[in-house]
Amino acid sequence: MFNKKNLYRMGLILLTVIVLAILNSVLGKYQVRILNLAGIYIVLGLSLNLINGFTGLFSLGHAGFMAIGAYTSALLTMSAVQKQANFFVQPIVPWLANIELGFLPAMMIGGIVSAIIGALLAAPILRLKDDYLAIATLGFGEIIRVIFTNTQSLTNGALGLKGLTRFTNVPYSWGIALLTIIFMFSLRRSSYGKAFMAIREDEIAAEAMGIDLFKHKLLAFTIGSFFAGVGGALLAHLMGTIDPLMFRFLMTFNILLIVVLGGIGSISGTVISAIIVTVSMEALRFLDSAINLGFVVIPSVPGMRMVLFSMLLMLVILFYQHGLMGRDEITLDTLGGFFGKFKKKEA
Amino acid sequence: MSLETFFQHLSNGLALGSLYALIAIGYTMVYGILRLINFAHGDIFMISTYIVFYGVTMFLMPWWVAFVVAILLTGIFGILVERVAYRPLRDSPRISVMISAIGASFLIENLAIVIFGGRPKAFPIPDYFNQVAHFNTISIPFANFFIPIVTLTSLVILLFIVNKTKTGMAMRAVSKDYEAARLMGINVDNIISITFGIGSMLAAIGGILWGIKYPNLIPLLGIMPGLKAFIAAVIGGIGDIKGAVIGGFLLGMSEIMIIAFLPSLTGYRDAFAFILLIAILLFKPSGLMGQNVTEKV
Repeated sequence: MFNKKNLYRMGLILLTVIVLAILNSVLGKYQVRILNLAGIYIVLGLSLNLINGFTGLFSLGHAGFMAIGAYTSALLTMSAVQKQANFFVQPIVPWLANIELGFLPAMMIGGIVSAIIGALLAAPILRLKDDYLAIATLGFGEIIRVIFTNTQSLTNGALGLKGLTRFTNVPYSWGIALLTIIFMFSLRRSSYGKAFMAIREDEIAAEAMGIDLFKHKLLAFTIGSFFAGVGGALLAHLMGTIDPLMFRFLMTFNILLIVVLGGIGSISGTVISAIIVTVSMEALRFLDSAINLGFVVIPSVPGMRMVLFSMLLMLVILFYQHGLMGRDEITLDTLGGFFGKFKKKEA
Repeated sequence: MSLETFFQHLSNGLALGSLYALIAIGYTMVYGILRLINFAHGDIFMISTYIVFYGVTMFLMPWWVAFVVAILLTGIFGILVERVAYRPLRDSPRISVMISAIGASFLIENLAIVIFGGRPKAFPIPDYFNQVAHFNTISIPFANFFIPIVTLTSLVILLFIVNKTKTGMAMRAVSKDYEAARLMGINVDNIISITFGIGSMLAAIGGILWGIKYPNLIPLLGIMPGLKAFIAAVIGGIGDIKGAVIGGFLLGMSEIMIIAFLPSLTGYRDAFAFILLIAILLFKPSGLMGQNVTEKV
């Protein structure tokens, strides 16, 4: 338990926590919001990476599962008064009207509901492969969104839910992000993780080795949906407002961008690229507004930012398919090697 | 429901089905050859409507010139998309190609937002198509007759090309066996380009007709028809041109009829196609017209 490696790992986590605590107290409100978003996107990126990268199931329905987590948790944390204020078109269903839970249990229930629905939906379609699976999961994402738009008395329809208490803060978002990272690393080292990767490499060979394809695929999909739901819950309570349009395919696209950029199948790659993508999404906001170059003013072109990001995805996939990390990880050894080199150079 | 409204719904369903069919052919042809869902197909379809819009309003072309220009330019655009986004990944894993397709689709959409602007534009409908035909008490827009006729004509021409010409034979050969076709001296890359060109031209015809029927142009207008046409292609049995047309008619007709008979489900209209898709994939994955292919180890 307390061998050298574990001590180093704990030290690393402690270091991260200290850095985050410092950032949290130093940064302004806007920057802390971005920090929170980065934590949430780490959770979301890792959950999609588990399905797409480890297990090789190409799922495009992530936004739908996020929506389930977001709505479930939001409906559970809202007070009766808040609900009444939101549901003015049609009153909320009675069994939900008076429930009010804390943020953490609501988030967990959001994740669990998302996982259950994910498992139920996935069970029939997991025998599809590659692009068929992709289009079917994309369909599920859309169906969930359409249902949420139309169930007025349950989700308030297209109006969405407004005025949620903003529970998400750095301890929550990054605490869960760190837990997710630790969970993913230990999952991958476990026999389940190895089975997932065997399925990714060659389904038929994996089956011949005695791996139950259906069970493992279902498990990967369910865990992925759980974390997607948790991420959705965190996002809802960061934004304070949710509506079905938030969970369009665009949302899945952003997460896919993170996974591809970081390297499909790499945990540390996903973490790094989640931070890079979140920060640059905000930092590049100026592209959408007018730019004054001093001698000439470029008029504002809304959408320029997304052009850049879709181009980035194309460039990565066309010329640099490995992404930042490929399937490699930043481990203690590579870190040690890096610093070791550093020391030698100094000497 | 009275007989008159039923006929009106019928003609609407027929028109919508024809539009889905035209777009679905493009999906099915590309899938047949490359085993790739061309996510950008819906956006290629969108581009054609904007070419007509700018042709007529900015370059003051007569409508029929604008139509021809749009069809040709969209064909070239489709070939370009294949060159840039798919050809470099010919030997890559399928997931990479699919991510590239999604990326291409998003890039075209966002470029369209930047270039064309996000504000809706009105498709310049020629007066000729704006007429309404009256039969006793039934009044049916002229476009509803015109659209299925154009679709069927295009289908006949396409089937002639695919079944009777040398290029068509090469296309069929490539879709059967890529490597063997190359060994037989077929220039596979050229054939793939031609396939994308033809598919995109059909999408352009679909786009123009779509504009005549639904004249509200926005840069994202291609997404839903694109997805639904893909579903139509799967329903018909992907890779099969006639199947795509049948799937398109089936989907368009049932979409309109469900709303007509069960108006309370109107909000679920967009979900219906996906539910149908999942049902088809579960019970008959090869589609209505497709043959079962067993996978070789």
